[in-house]
Amino acid sequence: MSHHIVEVRDLEFSYPDATQALGGVSFTVRHGEAVAIVGANGAGKSTLLLHLNGYLVPTAGQVRIGDYQLTRETVREVRRTVGMVFQDPDDQLFLSTVFDDVAFGPLNLGLAPEDVARRVEQALDKVGVGHLRDRPPHRLSTGQKRRVAIASVLSMSPDILVMDEPTAGLDPRARTQLITLLQGFEHSKIIATHDLDMVVDLCERTIVMHDGRVQADGATMEIFANAELLAGCGLEKPLRMQGCPACR
Amino acid sequence: MSSKIDRAFYDIGHLDTLAEGSSALHRLDPRAKVLATAVFVVSVVSFGKYEIARLLPFFLYPVLVIALADLPVFFLLRKLLIVSPFVLFVGIFNPWFDRAVLVELGPVALSGGWVSFLSLLLRFALTVGAALLLIATTGFTAVCMALEKLGAPRIFAVQLLLLYRYLFILIEESIRMIRAHALRSFGTGLRYRVFLQILGNLLLRTMDRAQRIHMAMLCRAFTGEIRIMRQFRFGRREFFYLTGCCAFFIGLRLTDLPSLVGRFLLEMGP
Amino acid sequence: MHMADALLSPTVGATMWTATAATTMACAAMVKKSLDDRKVPLMGVLAAFVFAVQMINFTIPGTGSSGHLGGGLLLAILLGPPAAFLAIGSVLTVQALFFADGGLLALGCNIFNLGVFPCFIAYPLLYIPLAGKNPTPGRLLAAILLAAVAGLQLGSLGVVLQTSLSGVSELPFSSFIVLMQPIHLAIGVVEGLVTAGVVSFIWKARPEILEKAASGQGLGSLPVKPVLAGLLAATLVTGGFLSWYASEHPDGLEWSMFKVSGQEELEGQGGSLHDSLGTLQEKTSLLPDYGFRAGESGAGEEAADPRLGTSVAGLVGGGLVLLMGLGLGFLLKRRNSGAAPATRR
Repeated sequence: MSHHIVEVRDLEFSYPDATQALGGVSFTVRHGEAVAIVGANGAGKSTLLLHLNGYLVPTAGQVRIGDYQLTRETVREVRRTVGMVFQDPDDQLFLSTVFDDVAFGPLNLGLAPEDVARRVEQALDKVGVGHLRDRPPHRLSTGQKRRVAIASVLSMSPDILVMDEPTAGLDPRARTQLITLLQGFEHSKIIATHDLDMVVDLCERTIVMHDGRVQADGATMEIFANAELLAGCGLEKPLRMQGCPACR
Repeated sequence: MSSKIDRAFYDIGHLDTLAEGSSALHRLDPRAKVLATAVFVVSVVSFGKYEIARLLPFFLYPVLVIALADLPVFFLLRKLLIVSPFVLFVGIFNPWFDRAVLVELGPVALSGGWVSFLSLLLRFALTVGAALLLIATTGFTAVCMALEKLGAPRIFAVQLLLLYRYLFILIEESIRMIRAHALRSFGTGLRYRVFLQILGNLLLRTMDRAQRIHMAMLCRAFTGEIRIMRQFRFGRREFFYLTGCCAFFIGLRLTDLPSLVGRFLLEMGP
Repeated sequence: MHMADALLSPTVGATMWTATAATTMACAAMVKKSLDDRKVPLMGVLAAFVFAVQMINFTIPGTGSSGHLGGGLLLAILLGPPAAFLAIGSVLTVQALFFADGGLLALGCNIFNLGVFPCFIAYPLLYIPLAGKNPTPGRLLAAILLAAVAGLQLGSLGVVLQTSLSGVSELPFSSFIVLMQPIHLAIGVVEGLVTAGVVSFIWKARPEILEKAASGQGLGSLPVKPVLAGLLAATLVTGGFLSWYASEHPDGLEWSMFKVSGQEELEGQGGSLHDSLGTLQEKTSLLPDYGFRAGESGAGEEAADPRLGTSVAGLVGGGLVLLMGLGLGFLLKRRNSGAAPATRR
């Protein structure tokens, strides 16, 4: 199904002050794939993500989401297909109750109230926060906020989920719950993260970025076995692959 | 100094938590409560400046609301006390300027100034109490939605909601910065230059946050107007509540119930 | 300083509310028309910033007292007048509802005093012309200082006028003014210094913020007409009320001759208990044990001033009703806490 394909070709981006953030990035993500984007801070992960729904406009190259090439005209349609979840859930939950936030997207799409209500219930159930429907966001835990943020995007029925550091700041149990939740999603997933252990659990494919370019793109386990590559990009092996501390 | 901001944080949160109660009063449509409060305030404020006795029955409203909605009395009283200084400050001039005796109760002669001062305090307690009770029984969000349905511009109602939402976050950030400063300042208090730095940094962070929020809004197909779905039902209960309250307040305003009751009582003697 | 409900008469309160409501609707329309959807989150978050920051006090060197930021002018600089007005209005509304700062009737006055004067008078008429396009630090400071002081002076004048016209407080206009204006001069200076400090901080750190803000608001986009219309309406209504009041009470707004005449009356009766009770009788025609009834004693009926609402019967009756109410409330509360406590939905 072509409308689930994400194709990035020779993407370049420079900030107004001429620092180059991305210098020629290319990759393709197919329907249902789960791809991790890893790299040191400043490698360009977040910048790349922001191109996927048209928030940033490339200085060169192009982005294709499904049948649409990403331009100013197609941006609205693309944002319906690509659901983006940011690092700080407080930036995404800006209304007074969980329900309102999750309903925001569908209402903007012009759906009828009954449809909106239905979509909200489904999204809340999917992430397991149905009981928090009327709770104000400032009274949610970080884990709950993360899940509600995901629900707020799910209610728009996107085909592709893009996430920036989804496990940051979560306690161990919340983290496990989130990973389990994401494993159950059938959407295509593109996840920028430092949590390499989550990548092992969730993403069969990994793209390694360094200085705005793609250094490696392949099967997760192969890449994580390559210590040299990781070191060259400012990374290390996932903790679980570093050997048992007691045995050393 | 930091306690002021800490207390603000606690108070707002607590008041809004109270609004989640489930008494019959809580469940009324917020528009009825907003309108009843408005009529109450106008009735109280419209009395003449020397009025004391006729203000007293108005206390029935807050008393009954507190009882029916099961609200914490001392918390609300404390909030009243905290804001009383300004009114006290201005009102205390009344006895100063208005010295002519107005009322004599046995050996005690009260000047007009004291009478009006007392009236001022009663008015203050009633009107301010009414506002607090409105939030405690309705919740800020519902009040905003009610205001919009009653005719306030949508942008303003949304503005109130956003302010309320990010209030807590901004207060938390401020507390963190002040605490960090306090830990390194050995009790000298916040100096002007440091204060400016804190403010400036906080402002920059706030503007960055605004940009990220905007980004998040765009990602969910924001087109310039925030839409919120709320079902309100103004039914028979609300109708009776509103008309009952208005009749009570306006009736008290137009008649002199206390004098009637008082005369009745005092004339009952042998 | 804020106006309070208790000091406000319904007429003045209603007038100010009309003016504020009109201005709010005009500003809402203007913000909507400006088509800048960035304004929506920015207004909300900056209002939260001002709210939080108003609670941070810093020590003023040499005086031992503390100052803080009001924020009106700063918001006007960052958001432009209409959006800033809405932001300030929202902050004051939250303060009125949660902190009982002032009250609900006085909210109209407060939003007007603290919103219209900085946003629609101080900012466009003082700051913009004085600061110009690329002000030097000195010029920026001067512009902001003047604008802040002017805005606050006008605001405090507003409070004084509203209080005096309401007639609830005894403070004569002249004394009140003498009290308020100098204080607010000092407050204005502090506000100006802090605002200037923050603005120059932003200018050094991220000048594009201010450039973007400045380009968004030229003088042409200012809502002069609706504000003037609102002010005119306020003036007419208040003026009408004033003349009615003056005609009914020839002694005007000043504190009253009636009191003096009342004093004369009472003095004539001397100070003995008998006479005080006599006074009591005259007012209420009650207390049968003393044998005084209406019309029996010399001075006769109730006090001359129709504004006096307090009589003994009134106090007794009012007190009784209050007691009954308290009792009822107490019983109800007892019953409520006896049952299961209010559960969260």
